[in-house]
Amino acid sequence: MNAVESTAPRSPRLREEPPAPARAPLRRRLYWTAHDSLVLTERTLRLTTRIPELLVFSIIQPVMFVLLFRYVFGGAIHIGNSVSYVNFLMAGIFVQTVAFGGVTTGVGLAHDLDSGLIDRYRSLPMSHFAVVLGRTAADLVRNVFTVVVMFAVGFAVGFRPLGSPTDWLAAAALLLLLSFTFSWIGACVGLAVRNVEAVQSAGFIWLLPLTFTSSAFVPSATMPNGIRQFSEAQPVSQIVDAVRAWTLGQPVGSHGAVAVAWCVGILVVFMPLAARLFKRAGGKV
Amino acid sequence: MSTHNGGQPAILAEGLHKRFGDTRALAGLDLSVGAGEVLGLLGPNGAGKTTAVRILSTLLAPDAGRARVAGLDVVRDAAAVRARIGLTGQYTAVDQHLTGRENLEMFGRLYHLPRATARRRADELLERFGLTDAATRPAKTYSGGMNRRLDLAASLIVEPPVLFLDEPTTGLDPRSRIAMWDLIVELVAAGTTLLLTTQYLDEADQLAHRIAVLDAGRVIAEGTSDELKRQVGGERIELTVARGASLPDAERILREHSHGDVHVDPDTRLLAAQTDGGARSLADVVRDLDDAHVQLDDIGLRRPTLDDVFLALTGHGAQAPEGTGAPAGTQAPGDPPASADTQVPVGTRPETGAQ
Repeated sequence: MNAVESTAPRSPRLREEPPAPARAPLRRRLYWTAHDSLVLTERTLRLTTRIPELLVFSIIQPVMFVLLFRYVFGGAIHIGNSVSYVNFLMAGIFVQTVAFGGVTTGVGLAHDLDSGLIDRYRSLPMSHFAVVLGRTAADLVRNVFTVVVMFAVGFAVGFRPLGSPTDWLAAAALLLLLSFTFSWIGACVGLAVRNVEAVQSAGFIWLLPLTFTSSAFVPSATMPNGIRQFSEAQPVSQIVDAVRAWTLGQPVGSHGAVAVAWCVGILVVFMPLAARLFKRAGGKV
Repeated sequence: MSTHNGGQPAILAEGLHKRFGDTRALAGLDLSVGAGEVLGLLGPNGAGKTTAVRILSTLLAPDAGRARVAGLDVVRDAAAVRARIGLTGQYTAVDQHLTGRENLEMFGRLYHLPRATARRRADELLERFGLTDAATRPAKTYSGGMNRRLDLAASLIVEPPVLFLDEPTTGLDPRSRIAMWDLIVELVAAGTTLLLTTQYLDEADQLAHRIAVLDAGRVIAEGTSDELKRQVGGERIELTVARGASLPDAERILREHSHGDVHVDPDTRLLAAQTDGGARSLADVVRDLDDAHVQLDDIGLRRPTLDDVFLALTGHGAQAPEGTGAPAGTQAPGDPPASADTQVPVGTRPETGAQ
């Protein structure tokens, strides 16, 4: 126990209180954060195998989008002669699927808050940051699986990627970064909104317009003034354009760098925000 | 307050205040629990029990006041406190989709036990809590009692010196409740300091060395169970005389064997009076009534309930409004009506205030 009275008070506060136990060195803290995150990643992934319905439904939705856009809207959308619509479409589908995956992160956290599990985590001598990190990491793994399935679905409906293997690696890396980034946004929504159903809605209401008002399904150039500028500038378009260029073997231009910058910028804001919201999570429900 | 390594209490709270919006959950809570002692924190829904436990277990920071657990400040040294406490909240905080063993193993690893140790410890706890047969089933298939036992096991992975149990038996059937009590008694025998919250006087009676009665966010009475009951007036003899039997005779006889007023309700033919003599007085009353040929429908010794304690200590019943302690009538919407003579077990509803 560290209840040794300080004989030489350095500040009035310390006069009657024992010094706080020294915090563990940074390297040690990082080690345990990684350790605890892995334990919780494993738990979340195990959960996914226990409730396969969740995974199945999270795949049905993007599959429906592929079929709808490929066979219902696609015929009316002309994006020029050089690229088939299905080849144009799939980059948008990948990005939207991964972005929507972030909602799952928030729903999962809200569920753990509701069930009291987060209270238990918070009462343990573990890294609290790991509770969110573990889940975003698990959702990253889940998203890899989802994107692979979407690739197969796309291939079945005529998607024929043209890029080189290096391009493909770059596209995959950006999608992973996107998954991680949007999971942290989702985590903040989950921790702030807390109610499972409300998190579900709150997670989508901003994602739907953001992904549709982008170059995901139609070229931004066809949009009216105002909306077009918004679509061209916003991060989803930048990411879609980069992924599309890489999957189709076209020059990526500045899109890749801008997309990465957006993701890093969002993470810089939302990771500390999630940590703060988590600290607050002990307050009244 | 000075802190010394020797005789300092395992749990110490001084002037804790906590407010949630307009609701005052804690209004100057003082508590002291010695090492190895069991303190029962007794109070109705919304009295602030859960808030107190959440602050002491580092889940919530107080607005004012301070608290030390195992000699460490719960705000400044929160991380160190967490290594020394176990917490079982009101809700079963285990993953319902994982099996009992997976849950305990996961928590063990989050306590930074090596994988093999976590696994061994999980098996030990499953064995000790009678869950070995259910070890490979998801927790969602468990009964309420099993879930609570699993939850308690999860708080005991590192055998913490200080344990918080927030209403450990609320919602359990009587058998599971007694099984839970046995487990708690075992723990306490091993020297664990325990702070237990409950809405049931008999539970505090069974388990706690000392009871602190909480109302509107502060301790309004403290002592052993016997001391509290004495304050409330001890046991009462209640009897119902048969139709046609003499009420005045019954009243006279009851008065001889009791003290204070004899309450008589002519409509229900119910008589009640306080007694110090327990079963002996009851036997005397039965004998004398029999000698006087006063026929009875019913007679019994009634022990004080939480409601009696509350009524005596606060002037209002245990169904006080959430967290405010304000008189009945000002309670939050959606709350069941407050009533001083409600005799239903006050613990049948989940606590909704001041989570």
